Amino acid sequence: MSTITEPIIIEAENDRVEVFLSGDIDHKNAASLRNDIDYAIDRHKPKTLTLNFAKVEFMDSSGIGLIMGRYKKLSALGGRLIVSGTSGTIKRVMKIAGIEKLAEIK
Amino acid sequence: MIKNEMKLIFPSNPENERLARISVSAFISELNPSIAEIAEIKTAVSEAVTNCIVHAYREKPGFITLTVKAANGKIHIRITDRGCGIDDVKRAMEPLWTSRPEEERAGLGFAVMESFTDRMTVKSAPGKGTTVTLIKNICC
Ligand SMILES: Nc1ncnc2c1ncn2[C@@H]1O[C@H](COP(=O)(O)OP(=O)(O)O)[C@@H](O)[C@H]1O
Ligand SMILES: [Mg+2]
Repeated sequence: MSTITEPIIIEAENDRVEVFLSGDIDHKNAASLRNDIDYAIDRHKPKTLTLNFAKVEFMDSSGIGLIMGRYKKLSALGGRLIVSGTSGTIKRVMKIAGIEKLAEIK
Repeated sequence: MIKNEMKLIFPSNPENERLARISVSAFISELNPSIAEIAEIKTAVSEAVTNCIVHAYREKPGFITLTVKAANGKIHIRITDRGCGIDDVKRAMEPLWTSRPEEERAGLGFAVMESFTDRMTVKSAPGKGTTVTLIKNICC
């Protein structure tokens, strides 16, 4: 099946991985995003993982669960989490969750 | 402001998280809400409907009823399930509390619903189900 945009694009370079998320992040979509991101973490063991939300159109607290889970996995491997490209309502959801305590916000 | 109302009944499939928030967003568009208000309402509805799917109807599938009313500058949204109910509503509403940490639930659904609406009430009876009411004032 072809879709207009890929729901996730993962770029890996040396010890850095950047994940470009897009579309809707909700409970329905979170599980497959989690699998894709964890695959990249296991494979590259990155020093920094950037989750880029610039193209995300919708996110509820299922996205927060996704971020918190990746934070735990990454911390256990000694990596650091960066969250970028947030704005508007998504930024406010991040604020409610206190994501700035877990990740550097860019 | 125009008086209007809508009632949707749908099964607890994860696909319907999107259907619910998109439907509410279409319904309220006639009231000329701001982009931020639309996003806030969509997020709150998504939280409530997801809770029915993830928690209320965990053991067996069931139906979710969503009603939306608009009158006098206010939007009333009610989300009802006939699922497992909540034993301790006060604890459930505490930020970061979740009964399903192993599934990466953040425990922030109620916190998000509260901060993105003007009023939230939760009525629940264990074994019978839960009704969440969300009220939001729309500036005109
Ligand atoms: N409709 C519901 N039916 C049964 N339990 C619910 C319902 N909504 C919420 N809960 C309970 O309240 C808790 C907190 O909900 P919430 O703040 O949305 O966090 P999360 O969904 O991430 O667990 C849930 O973990 C669940 O135990
Ligand atoms: Mg929830």
